Amino acid sequence: MKNLYTWCAILAVVLASTSGDVLLSHAMKTVGDVGALRRRNGWLFLMRRIFGTQTFLLGLVSMALAFYSLLFALSWNDVSLVGPAAASLTFVANAFAARIFLHENVDRRRWMAALFVAGGVFLLAI
Amino acid sequence: MSYRKYLVMAGVTLFSAIGDTLLSRGMKELGNVSLNHVSHVLLAISNPWVAIGIVFLISFFACYATALSWADLTYVLPATSIGYVILALIAKYGLHEHVSTARWIGIALISMGVGAVAGGPELTHHQHHSKRREDRAEPVCVGGSR
Repeated sequence: MKNLYTWCAILAVVLASTSGDVLLSHAMKTVGDVGALRRRNGWLFLMRRIFGTQTFLLGLVSMALAFYSLLFALSWNDVSLVGPAAASLTFVANAFAARIFLHENVDRRRWMAALFVAGGVFLLAI
Repeated sequence: MSYRKYLVMAGVTLFSAIGDTLLSRGMKELGNVSLNHVSHVLLAISNPWVAIGIVFLISFFACYATALSWADLTYVLPATSIGYVILALIAKYGLHEHVSTARWIGIALISMGVGAVAGGPELTHHQHHSKRREDRAEPVCVGGSR
């Protein structure tokens, strides 16, 4: 039962973290290059534009959910299982989500990068 | 990619690694926090290590959001994961910790992943981007620098 709870919490971390990354990426592409915007219109305009973007705020909420799900997962099982499993699955889930929702060109090079990094993070954290 | 963009990517990597390290040190000083006393987490901010760690993590988030404004998510995430390698190397040569064979293989895999993604373009050019550019009817410099 404890293992089931742990894997449900890990799944929640991966889903919330991936949603947060995708929403944040979408929001920042909508805002545009922040360096150019700041030079052209100043800090106040930039902040208003970022915090006025709905997907940015939703992304923040998703990331907060991921953080609390991680806390719950850590309360049910060891960090040596939860940490690497959540981090490496999030890398792979992000590649799928970016292709589906952000229509990014995830070519063979990027798939390889996501899988190598996911495997590497898993080996580093165990 | 311009010099400024490399600096932002370095900021994502370094601020995240330093922030996590400071937060970890601060939380170890505070001891275990039970889920029944979640309010204790709020008091953790009074610990200087935790407070400085949070400042670094806010800086990380600012750099991360900035990078996502001009680069793909599938570019930023693997490219900035070199921070894991930096942490492992600090552990080995700075703190003289034992790094197992599995961890060295992990470092090699992450380095290969970063190398694979770093050689490619950082942004996917969608159809509507190209169309908007055509609508502006600006002269296009083929092979020009950014």
